[in-house]
Amino acid sequence: MTDRPLKVLIAKPGLDGHDRGAKVLARGLRDEGFEVVYTGLRQTPEMVATAALQEDVDVVGLSILSGAHMTLVPKICRLLGEAGLDDILVTVGGIIPDDDVPALKAAGVAAVFGPGTTIAEVADFVRANARHRG
Amino acid sequence: MGSPDNNPGIGGAEGLVDAALAGDRRALARLLTAVENRTPTAESALRRLYPLAGRAHVVGITGPPGSGKSTLVASLTSVAREAGRTVGVIAVDPSSPITGGALLGDRVRMQIHAGDNDVFIRSMAARGHAGGLASTSSAAAAVMDAAGFDLILIETVGTGQSEVEVAAAADTTVVLEAPEMGDEVQAIKAGLLEVADLVVVNKGDRPGALRTASQLRAMLVAAPRAGDKRAAGDRPRPKQPVVLVTTASTGAGVPELLAALDRHRAITRDAAAPAARRARAEAQVWAVVAERLRERLASDGLRATSDAVLADVADHRLDPYAAADQLLAALTTDQPK
Repeated sequence: MTDRPLKVLIAKPGLDGHDRGAKVLARGLRDEGFEVVYTGLRQTPEMVATAALQEDVDVVGLSILSGAHMTLVPKICRLLGEAGLDDILVTVGGIIPDDDVPALKAAGVAAVFGPGTTIAEVADFVRANARHRG
Repeated sequence: MGSPDNNPGIGGAEGLVDAALAGDRRALARLLTAVENRTPTAESALRRLYPLAGRAHVVGITGPPGSGKSTLVASLTSVAREAGRTVGVIAVDPSSPITGGALLGDRVRMQIHAGDNDVFIRSMAARGHAGGLASTSSAAAAVMDAAGFDLILIETVGTGQSEVEVAAAADTTVVLEAPEMGDEVQAIKAGLLEVADLVVVNKGDRPGALRTASQLRAMLVAAPRAGDKRAAGDRPRPKQPVVLVTTASTGAGVPELLAALDRHRAITRDAAAPAARRARAEAQVWAVVAERLRERLASDGLRATSDAVLADVADHRLDPYAAADQLLAALTTDQPK
């Protein structure tokens, strides 16, 4: 069918245990009409890449509060690329210093959403930039 | 709009099918997307894949929200993997009737299998389909079956009393109950428990689990026995489910569940198979026929007629039965192409 929902993976890689933000976003995107796969806390980059592949998502949203984004995010982007999934839109949310944003974008991240971003902003960005995959 | 047909590197339906059959998990994932979205790619892929399906043991897992379906699926997957079997999982969660969105949360319990190439987990939104599954769940299971998975677990949305559709999609149906969810009268109501080949009381470490299991056993097994001709004659007879107790979170009772699934598979493969297969085929084909009829009635040539008839019913000028007759008559005069 032509207007099938976009499918989004919301994942929390790394070791921080605070997933309120990820859950609020997952729920908010559900209300925006997306099909949201939520995988829970403490995901390894390999788990994120496997879930993205098996679920054939259009978007991967990563929530990281631990400060490990400069390690985790490039690794996830690399694994997605190696799996042939470089057409997936990758976004990052959480506590990301402005100085790190250019490096994350260079690694393949389409957007970094900091505190104060509204769910509508995320939804609009995803709708405008995700590639619909049949 | 993009589609797997023009996806570089994999090619069209033929290429996707070849790659999926050769073990390419990305191709399998894209085929499942095509099936879910009912694209032309999916139809030509299924033409090739359906004859290859029918080898896997397809197990439906259903039960109320929070009874532990996802945890049991994860635990059962571990046991099946230890036995050397490959496992495909289709986990269905509901779609919002308001926005069409969905929160697919079953993987949370299953992530221990993320590193295992012989486990493939796919979440599906029900997309407005009632009955506990998505309308394309059976076709998705057939794709996984053809791709060579030994055991396919279909986890329904959290169900109540009458979402029995999974029984038509699965070789073996497992109905999960949590302890203390109801009394003996609940156990003898018609519906979900009647389609169970196995009834599993999960959360076996909770108080009341054993009592719940013995109540279920007493009430479910009290039905007329399948061989008792005097009691039932030629009428369809209720199943005689085995009642088991598991604690999915610790794995207790799960090896016994796999053994019970295998026993059920062995029995039905020989004896009841033709009738059960025929019933499944019927359910699947009628569902597609109904879908196709609806699509044709909403197509350009017939939309005006359909809209007018629906408006008449909405305003109580026409009853739904007469309306359906009118629409079927309209179909026969409007031949496609």
